[in-house]
Amino acid sequence: MTTHDSRLLARARGAGLEGIAEKVLGGERLDFEDGVALYRNPDLHTIGALANHVRERMHGDLAYFNVNQHVNYTNICNKLCRFCAFQRLPGQDGAYVMSPEEVADKIRACLAEPVTEVHMVAGIYPRLPYSYYLDIMRAVKAVRPEIHIKAFTMIELQQIARVAKKPLSEVLPELVEAGLGSCPGGGAEIFADRVHAEGYHLKNTGDEWIELARTVHAAGLRSNCTMLHGHIETIEERVDHLTRLRALQDETGGLQVYIPLSFHPEHTEWAHLPGPTALDELREIAVGRLLLDNVPHVKAYWIMLTIPIAQLALSYGADDVDGTVVEEKIYHEAGADTPQGVARDELVQWIRDAGRIPVERDTLYNVVWSADESLAPVGEAVPVSG
Amino acid sequence: MISQPHTRAAPPAWDAPLASSARRGPSGAELQRIEDKVLAGERIDVDEGLCLHDHADLLTLGRMADHVRSRKHPEPIVTYIVDRNINPTNVCVTDCGFCAFYRRPGDAEAYVLSRTEIYKKVQETVDLGGQQLLMQGGHHPFIKTDWWCDLLSDLRERFDINAHALSAPELDHLAKLDKRPVEEVIRDLVEAGLGSVPGAGAEILTERVRRIIAPKKTTTEEWLDVHRKIHEAGLRSSATMMFGHVETSAERIEHLARLRELQDETGGFTAFACWNMQPDGVPEEEQYPARTTPAVYLRVQALSRIFLDNFDNIQTSYVTQGMKLAQVTLRYGCNDFGGTMLEENVVSAAGCFNLTSIETIERLIENAGFTPRRRNSWYGIVDERHAGATCPRNREEAATHPAALRSGPRGQGALIR
Repeated sequence: MTTHDSRLLARARGAGLEGIAEKVLGGERLDFEDGVALYRNPDLHTIGALANHVRERMHGDLAYFNVNQHVNYTNICNKLCRFCAFQRLPGQDGAYVMSPEEVADKIRACLAEPVTEVHMVAGIYPRLPYSYYLDIMRAVKAVRPEIHIKAFTMIELQQIARVAKKPLSEVLPELVEAGLGSCPGGGAEIFADRVHAEGYHLKNTGDEWIELARTVHAAGLRSNCTMLHGHIETIEERVDHLTRLRALQDETGGLQVYIPLSFHPEHTEWAHLPGPTALDELREIAVGRLLLDNVPHVKAYWIMLTIPIAQLALSYGADDVDGTVVEEKIYHEAGADTPQGVARDELVQWIRDAGRIPVERDTLYNVVWSADESLAPVGEAVPVSG
Repeated sequence: MISQPHTRAAPPAWDAPLASSARRGPSGAELQRIEDKVLAGERIDVDEGLCLHDHADLLTLGRMADHVRSRKHPEPIVTYIVDRNINPTNVCVTDCGFCAFYRRPGDAEAYVLSRTEIYKKVQETVDLGGQQLLMQGGHHPFIKTDWWCDLLSDLRERFDINAHALSAPELDHLAKLDKRPVEEVIRDLVEAGLGSVPGAGAEILTERVRRIIAPKKTTTEEWLDVHRKIHEAGLRSSATMMFGHVETSAERIEHLARLRELQDETGGFTAFACWNMQPDGVPEEEQYPARTTPAVYLRVQALSRIFLDNFDNIQTSYVTQGMKLAQVTLRYGCNDFGGTMLEENVVSAAGCFNLTSIETIERLIENAGFTPRRRNSWYGIVDERHAGATCPRNREEAATHPAALRSGPRGQGALIR
C-alpha cells in the first residue's frame, strides 16, 4: 500500500468509512449497505477521494468528451411523466414532429462541424409508424454516412416494436440496417415500483427497462444507463437502482457509461420540489463510480450539471463530460440555463484546468483526438484498466 | 509609430497539475509535508503556498481548506448579510480597462444618484431587515469628502443601518481631491458615520500587475496603507483579490502574503473574498485572456483559506460564480455567503424585492451541512434564530486596533463620540 493509499484509509477511518475504504482499495465490490452509507455519510471529501481513487485506477488522468449533436425528433408524448417539462400533447401549443427531411436539415446544418455522433431521443407519439423511425435514420445517413446514430431510449424501442408488430429482437437488426449504432441511457428514471407508480406509471417499469436493455445487448448493440435523482426517491431506492444496473452489466457487459441525471423541477408537475444541489450532484457521481464497479465510464453530463460542476466532477469519479452539443431541448425546457453548445477549445481548456488530459472519443469509446498520444493513441479503443 | 500603452502581457503560462501525478509523482512527498503542516495548524510560507498552488490537486486543496475552516469555525454556521449595493456614481477617472461599470465624466450614461433616490433604496433595504449598505462607485472628479460626510450623517439620522462604504482607492482619491492626508479624510468620514470599509480595488497587489491593468489607481503600498489607516482609526475592513488576468501564480501568492502581513500588524481585516476577472464587455476585452475556468477559482479560493491563517472569514462570490458553485465553495474554505445584494433582485415593475435568493441561499447552506445565520458588517450574528448575543454589535465593539482605543478627540477612543 502506498503512502497515499494509507493516508486515504486513515482519513476514511476518521470519517467512519473504513470498511468501505478497505474494499475500494482492495478492489472488492461494495454491497447494498455500503451504498446507503455512502449516501448518508457527511464527509463528501473522503467519498470523493475514494471515487477518485477508482477513477484514476481505471482511467489515470484521461477525461473524455465527444463532438455530437442532439435531435429531439418529436416532443409529443403520451406518458405524462411528472418530472418532464418537454412533453406536449398532440395539438397542444408548441407540439412538433420533425419530418425525415427536417431531421436531415438538422444534420446538414452541422456538416461543417466535426460531429461524430447524433443523439436522437424524443417522446412517444403512437401515430408515428414503424417506417418513420427507419426513415429518420436513413435521412441522417444520407446526409452524413459516417455519423454514429445513438438513438432511442428503452421506452422508444418498446414503442417501435409495438408499431412494427414484431418482437424487439426482430426489430433491432432492421434498425441497425437503417443506421442505428447504439442506444442512449435515458429513461431509466428510478427502477423502484413505488416511484414508478407515483411519477411515471404510463412508462415501462424498471423490470421492463432491464429486459429491453438485455435484448439490446443480446443484439450486439451497446447502450448507456442513467438514473434520474433528486425528486421523490429514497436513498434505498437509488442504491437499488444502481445495484440492478450492476447485475445487468454482470450478465451482459453491454453498458458503456453510467450518467446520473439531475431532476430539474422548473415547468414540471414536481415544480415544488427543489431538485438536487451541486454537492448532491457531486455525491451522485461519486457513489455511481463506487457502486458500478463493472461499468467502464461515468459521465458528468455538463449541459445538465453546468460547466463548473461537470469540471469539478472529474475529481469525484467522472471520466467523461459528454459533448459539444448542438440544440439540446429536453433540459432547457426544464429551465437549464447552460449554453446549448460549448466551443471545443473551451471544453479542452476546462478539462485541462481540472487537472485532466482531454481525449476526444467517438460513441463507442475509440480515440478520435488525444492531448497525449502516449496514453491514448488515436484510432484505438480508450484504455481502461482495473 | 503608434504607441500602445495598454498592450497586455500574454497571459502567464500556467497549467493545472495533472491530478493523479500531483499526488503520486515527485511532488507528492512535499505536498504531504505541507498538508501535515496545515493540518497541525502551522503557518505555511510563500514557497509552500506556491507549491500548493502549482502542484496540489483540487481535492487535496479543498480538503485542507475545509479543515482550516472547521478549525476557525468549530460551530457549523455559515453566515450571510442582508445588504444592498448602492453605487452613488458611475463617473470615474481611473479608466481601468477591466471595468464595465464606469463612465467617463460627461458621458451620456454618466450618473450621480440624487439624495431622494438613495433614501428610497435605503428605506426598502431597512424595511427588509437589511444590515448594510455597500456604497462604492467611481472616482468622481468633483465629489469630495464633504459630499460623502453629508450623505453619511444624513443616513445616520434617518436610518438604522451600517454604511459599509468607500474602498481604499476611493478614500485615496478623496485625499488627493482634498489635498490632505488620508487619515484626516477617514477621521471625518468616521465622525459622519462610516461604519466599515469594503475591500475593493485590491485587484492584484503587485506593482508590475497594477501598472499594466490599473495604472491610474492606487499603488500596492497606497492600498495597504489606506487599510492600515482605516484600522488605526478603529474601523474594520475586508480584503479582496481579482485574479485571472495578467498575474502569475507567484503574484497571486505575493498578494495573499501582503494581506497576511498587514493583518499580522493591525488585525483589522474581517474577511477575504476573491473572484476571477469577468472580461465580457469590458473596455479592453480584446486585450485580456479568456475568463479563467471555475476550477481555477476553486483552487485560488481554497488556497486563500489555507494561506490567510489570520483571517477569520472567507466569503464566497456567488455573484461571479453562480449559486451552484458558491455552494461548493462552502466545502472549499468559505464560511460566508456574502451579501444578498438586494439591488440585483429588484423587480422594478412590481416595485418590490424578490426574496427568492435569500431562501435559495439558506437552502444551499443547509444542504452543505451548515446552519445559515444572518450577520452584520462586523460578523456579529444578527438572527432571531440565534441563541447567543450579537458580538460585536457595532463598529466600536468591533475595533481591534490599540491606536483607536487609546487616543481620540475626547480621550475615550476615536470612535466614541
